[in-house]
Amino acid sequence: MASSIRVRAILNGDTTDVQTLIQHPMDTGLVKDSKGELIPAHYIQQLSFEHNGKTVFQADWGTAVSKDPYVKFAFKGAAKGDEIKVSWLDNKGATDSLTAKIQ
Amino acid sequence: MTATFGPSVTRRLIIKGVGAVALVGLGHATLGPWPALAANDKYPDDAFKQKNAGEAIKALYGKDHEASDKIKLDAPEIAENGGVVPISVTTTLSDVTSISFIVSENPFALAASYRIPEGTVPAVANRLKMAKTSNVIALVQAGGKLYSATKEVKVTVGGCGG
Repeated sequence: MASSIRVRAILNGDTTDVQTLIQHPMDTGLVKDSKGELIPAHYIQQLSFEHNGKTVFQADWGTAVSKDPYVKFAFKGAAKGDEIKVSWLDNKGATDSLTAKIQ
Repeated sequence: MTATFGPSVTRRLIIKGVGAVALVGLGHATLGPWPALAANDKYPDDAFKQKNAGEAIKALYGKDHEASDKIKLDAPEIAENGGVVPISVTTTLSDVTSISFIVSENPFALAASYRIPEGTVPAVANRLKMAKTSNVIALVQAGGKLYSATKEVKVTVGGCGG
Protein backbone atom coordinates (compact mmCIF):
# COMPACT_ATOMS: atom_id res chain seq x y z
CA MET A 1 0.00 0.00 0.00
CA ALA A 2 1.24 3.41 -0.82
CA SER A 3 2.61 5.30 2.14
CA SER A 4 1.48 8.81 3.04
CA ILE A 5 5.14 9.73 3.34
CA ARG A 6 7.63 10.49 0.63
CA VAL A 7 11.16 11.17 1.75
CA ARG A 8 14.41 11.82 -0.03
CA ALA A 9 17.62 11.79 1.98
CA ILE A 10 20.80 12.60 0.10
CA LEU A 11 24.31 12.73 1.51
CA ASN A 12 26.05 15.90 0.42
CA GLY A 13 29.61 16.14 1.77
CA ASP A 14 29.24 15.54 5.52
CA THR A 15 25.59 16.60 5.77
CA THR A 16 22.49 14.71 4.77
CA ASP A 17 19.72 16.77 3.17
CA VAL A 18 16.29 15.41 3.97
CA GLN A 19 13.19 16.47 2.06
CA THR A 20 9.80 15.13 3.03
CA LEU A 21 6.34 15.39 1.56
CA ILE A 22 3.37 13.94 3.42
CA GLN A 23 -0.14 13.42 2.17
CA HIS A 24 -2.48 14.85 4.79
CA PRO A 25 -5.52 17.19 4.62
CA MET A 26 -4.25 19.45 7.46
CA ASP A 27 -7.81 20.72 8.07
CA THR A 28 -7.85 23.71 10.40
CA GLY A 29 -11.32 23.21 11.84
CA LEU A 30 -12.20 26.77 10.75
CA VAL A 31 -13.32 26.04 7.19
CA LYS A 32 -16.85 25.15 6.08
CA ASP A 33 -17.64 22.59 3.41
CA SER A 34 -20.03 23.20 0.49
CA LYS A 35 -23.03 22.49 2.77
CA GLY A 36 -21.91 25.17 5.20
CA GLU A 37 -20.84 22.69 7.86
CA LEU A 38 -17.51 23.06 9.63
CA ILE A 39 -14.89 20.55 8.59
CA PRO A 40 -13.42 19.27 11.88
CA ALA A 41 -9.75 19.94 12.58
CA HIS A 42 -7.55 17.14 11.30
CA TYR A 43 -3.84 17.86 11.23
CA ILE A 44 -0.46 16.35 11.94
CA GLN A 45 0.85 17.42 15.35
CA GLN A 46 4.21 15.72 15.46
CA LEU A 47 6.68 14.51 12.91
CA SER A 48 9.98 12.96 13.84
CA PHE A 49 13.08 11.72 12.06
CA GLU A 50 15.33 9.07 13.54
CA HIS A 51 18.78 7.99 12.47
CA ASN A 52 20.44 5.06 14.29
CA GLY A 53 17.85 5.30 17.06
CA LYS A 54 18.56 8.99 17.69
CA THR A 55 16.05 11.72 16.91
CA VAL A 56 17.72 14.09 14.46
CA PHE A 57 14.75 16.39 13.87
CA GLN A 58 11.33 16.85 15.36
CA ALA A 59 8.48 19.03 14.18
CA ASP A 60 5.53 20.21 16.26
CA TRP A 61 2.85 21.45 13.90
CA GLY A 62 -0.31 23.49 14.29
CA THR A 63 -3.13 23.91 11.81
CA ALA A 64 -1.27 26.62 9.85
CA VAL A 65 1.01 24.12 8.12
CA SER A 66 -0.14 23.74 4.52
CA LYS A 67 -2.12 20.76 3.25
CA ASP A 68 0.15 17.94 2.10
CA PRO A 69 3.02 19.33 4.19
CA TYR A 70 6.58 19.73 2.98
CA VAL A 71 9.60 20.10 5.19
CA LYS A 72 13.31 20.18 4.55
CA PHE A 73 16.25 19.99 6.96
CA ALA A 74 19.81 18.67 7.09
CA PHE A 75 21.90 16.81 9.66
CA LYS A 76 25.44 15.56 10.12
CA GLY A 77 26.91 12.20 11.05
CA ALA A 78 25.22 9.84 8.61
CA ALA A 79 26.71 7.64 5.88
CA LYS A 80 25.41 6.52 2.53
CA GLY A 81 23.09 3.52 2.92
CA ASP A 82 22.11 4.38 6.51
CA GLU A 83 18.43 4.28 7.29
CA ILE A 84 16.30 7.21 8.34
CA LYS A 85 12.91 6.62 9.90
CA VAL A 86 10.12 9.15 9.50
CA SER A 87 6.98 9.00 11.67
CA TRP A 88 4.02 11.27 12.15
CA LEU A 89 1.09 11.46 14.56
CA ASP A 90 -2.06 13.52 13.98
CA ASN A 91 -4.67 15.01 16.32
CA LYS A 92 -6.98 12.04 15.76
CA GLY A 93 -4.31 9.59 16.88
CA ALA A 94 -3.52 8.25 13.42
CA THR A 95 0.12 7.58 12.61
CA ASP A 96 2.26 6.48 9.73
CA SER A 97 5.95 5.79 9.36
CA LEU A 98 8.44 5.03 6.67
CA THR A 99 12.08 4.01 6.60
CA ALA A 100 14.25 5.24 3.76
CA LYS A 101 17.87 4.71 2.81
CA ILE A 102 20.23 7.67 2.59
CA GLN A 103 21.45 8.03 -0.98
CA MET B 1 -13.31 28.84 -3.19
CA THR B 2 -16.41 26.69 -3.64
CA ALA B 3 -17.20 27.57 -7.24
CA THR B 4 -14.10 26.18 -8.89
CA PHE B 5 -14.50 22.44 -8.60
CA GLY B 6 -12.87 20.75 -11.57
CA PRO B 7 -11.20 17.51 -12.49
CA SER B 8 -8.50 18.15 -9.90
CA VAL B 9 -11.03 17.83 -7.08
CA THR B 10 -11.98 14.38 -8.20
CA ARG B 11 -8.34 13.45 -8.34
CA ARG B 12 -7.80 14.85 -4.85
CA LEU B 13 -10.69 12.84 -3.49
CA ILE B 14 -9.31 9.69 -5.00
CA ILE B 15 -5.89 10.38 -3.53
CA LYS B 16 -7.48 11.14 -0.17
CA GLY B 17 -9.42 7.92 -0.34
CA VAL B 18 -6.31 5.90 -1.05
CA GLY B 19 -4.53 7.70 1.79
CA ALA B 20 -7.32 6.92 4.21
CA VAL B 21 -7.30 3.24 3.30
CA ALA B 22 -3.55 3.18 3.76
CA LEU B 23 -3.94 4.80 7.17
CA VAL B 24 -6.52 2.32 8.35
CA GLY B 25 -4.31 -0.50 7.20
CA LEU B 26 -1.21 0.83 8.88
CA GLY B 27 -2.83 2.19 12.01
CA HIS B 28 -2.30 -0.88 14.14
CA ALA B 29 1.10 -1.75 12.85
CA THR B 30 2.65 1.67 13.41
CA LEU B 31 1.44 2.65 16.85
CA GLY B 32 4.88 1.80 18.17
CA PRO B 33 7.16 4.83 18.00
CA TRP B 34 5.18 7.46 19.89
CA PRO B 35 5.07 6.14 23.46
CA ALA B 36 8.85 5.92 23.29
CA LEU B 37 9.24 9.70 23.11
CA ALA B 38 10.89 11.36 26.07
CA ALA B 39 8.93 13.73 28.28
CA ASN B 40 10.46 16.86 26.74
CA ASP B 41 9.18 15.76 23.33
CA LYS B 42 5.64 16.55 24.44
CA TYR B 43 3.44 18.43 21.98
CA PRO B 44 3.13 22.09 23.12
CA ASP B 45 -0.66 22.11 22.97
CA ASP B 46 -1.06 25.30 24.97
CA ALA B 47 1.24 27.36 22.72
CA PHE B 48 -0.63 26.29 19.59
CA LYS B 49 -3.94 27.45 21.13
CA GLN B 50 -2.80 31.05 21.67
CA LYS B 51 -4.35 33.59 19.34
CA ASN B 52 -1.73 36.32 19.39
CA ALA B 53 1.97 36.17 18.75
CA GLY B 54 3.11 37.45 22.15
CA GLU B 55 1.05 34.91 24.09
CA ALA B 56 2.17 32.06 21.83
CA ILE B 57 5.85 32.93 22.27
CA LYS B 58 5.35 33.20 26.02
CA ALA B 59 3.61 29.83 26.18
CA LEU B 60 6.25 28.12 24.04
CA TYR B 61 9.49 29.64 25.30
CA GLY B 62 8.54 31.67 28.38
CA LYS B 63 10.98 34.45 27.55
CA ASP B 64 11.43 37.61 25.46
CA HIS B 65 13.11 37.59 22.08
CA GLU B 66 15.51 40.07 20.51
CA ALA B 67 15.99 40.73 16.80
CA SER B 68 19.15 39.23 15.33
CA ASP B 69 20.81 39.85 11.97
CA LYS B 70 22.29 36.36 12.17
CA ILE B 71 18.94 34.90 11.21
CA LYS B 72 17.97 34.86 7.57
CA LEU B 73 14.23 34.53 7.04
CA ASP B 74 13.31 33.77 3.47
CA ALA B 75 9.68 34.38 2.50
CA PRO B 76 8.00 35.88 -0.55
CA GLU B 77 7.17 39.64 -0.60
CA ILE B 78 3.78 38.80 -2.03
CA ALA B 79 2.05 35.44 -1.77
CA GLU B 80 -0.63 34.90 -4.38
CA ASN B 81 -1.95 31.83 -2.61
CA GLY B 82 -2.10 32.15 1.17
CA GLY B 83 -2.75 28.42 1.44
CA VAL B 84 0.79 27.53 0.47
CA VAL B 85 3.49 30.05 1.38
CA PRO B 86 7.05 28.72 1.18
CA ILE B 87 9.01 30.00 4.17
CA SER B 88 12.49 29.04 5.26
CA VAL B 89 15.02 30.13 7.81
CA THR B 90 18.76 29.67 8.22
CA THR B 91 20.99 31.04 10.94
CA THR B 92 24.67 31.40 11.75
CA LEU B 93 23.94 31.42 15.49
CA SER B 94 25.57 28.54 17.37
CA ASP B 95 24.05 26.08 19.86
CA VAL B 96 20.62 26.27 18.24
CA THR B 97 18.07 24.03 19.96
CA SER B 98 14.79 25.19 18.45
CA ILE B 99 13.34 27.08 15.48
CA SER B 100 9.70 28.25 15.32
CA PHE B 101 7.47 30.12 12.91
CA ILE B 102 4.81 32.62 13.95
CA VAL B 103 2.25 34.13 11.58
CA SER B 104 0.98 37.09 13.61
CA GLU B 105 -2.39 37.59 11.90
CA ASN B 106 -3.43 33.95 11.70
CA PRO B 107 -6.31 32.73 13.91
CA PHE B 108 -3.66 30.88 15.93
CA ALA B 109 -0.31 32.64 15.75
CA LEU B 110 2.10 29.72 16.20
CA ALA B 111 2.39 27.76 12.95
CA ALA B 112 5.23 25.31 13.48
CA SER B 113 8.02 24.61 15.92
CA TYR B 114 11.09 22.47 15.23
CA ARG B 115 13.53 20.91 17.68
CA ILE B 116 17.12 20.93 16.53
CA PRO B 117 19.30 18.35 18.30
CA GLU B 118 23.08 18.60 18.27
CA GLY B 119 24.44 17.60 14.86
CA THR B 120 21.43 18.92 12.98
CA VAL B 121 21.91 21.98 10.78
CA PRO B 122 19.99 25.03 12.14
CA ALA B 123 17.90 25.56 9.02
CA VAL B 124 14.34 24.61 8.11
CA ALA B 125 12.18 25.05 5.02
CA ASN B 126 8.43 24.48 5.11
CA ARG B 127 5.12 25.69 3.67
CA LEU B 128 2.60 27.56 5.79
CA LYS B 129 -0.94 28.88 5.48
CA MET B 130 -1.53 32.59 5.87
CA ALA B 131 -5.03 33.96 6.42
CA LYS B 132 -4.07 37.47 5.28
CA THR B 133 -1.17 39.90 4.98
CA SER B 134 0.90 39.46 8.11
CA ASN B 135 4.25 39.59 9.75
CA VAL B 136 6.04 36.26 9.81
CA ILE B 137 8.38 35.85 12.76
CA ALA B 138 11.12 33.25 12.82
CA LEU B 139 12.26 32.46 16.35
CA VAL B 140 15.58 30.80 17.04
CA GLN B 141 16.56 29.57 20.47
CA ALA B 142 20.35 29.49 20.71
CA GLY B 143 22.51 29.10 23.77
CA GLY B 144 19.42 29.44 25.97
CA LYS B 145 18.48 32.83 24.47
CA LEU B 146 15.70 33.63 22.06
CA TYR B 147 16.37 35.55 18.85
CA SER B 148 14.06 36.56 16.03
CA ALA B 149 13.75 37.83 12.47
CA THR B 150 10.56 39.34 11.07
CA LYS B 151 9.29 39.85 7.56
CA GLU B 152 5.96 41.04 6.21
CA VAL B 153 4.30 38.87 3.58
CA LYS B 154 1.46 40.36 1.57
CA VAL B 155 -1.27 37.85 0.82
CA THR B 156 -3.60 38.42 -2.12
CA VAL B 157 -5.82 35.36 -1.55
CA GLY B 158 -6.16 34.13 2.03
CA GLY B 159 -5.25 30.62 3.02
CA CYS B 160 -8.21 29.76 5.22
CA GLY B 161 -9.93 27.87 2.42
CA GLY B 162 -7.17 25.30 2.65
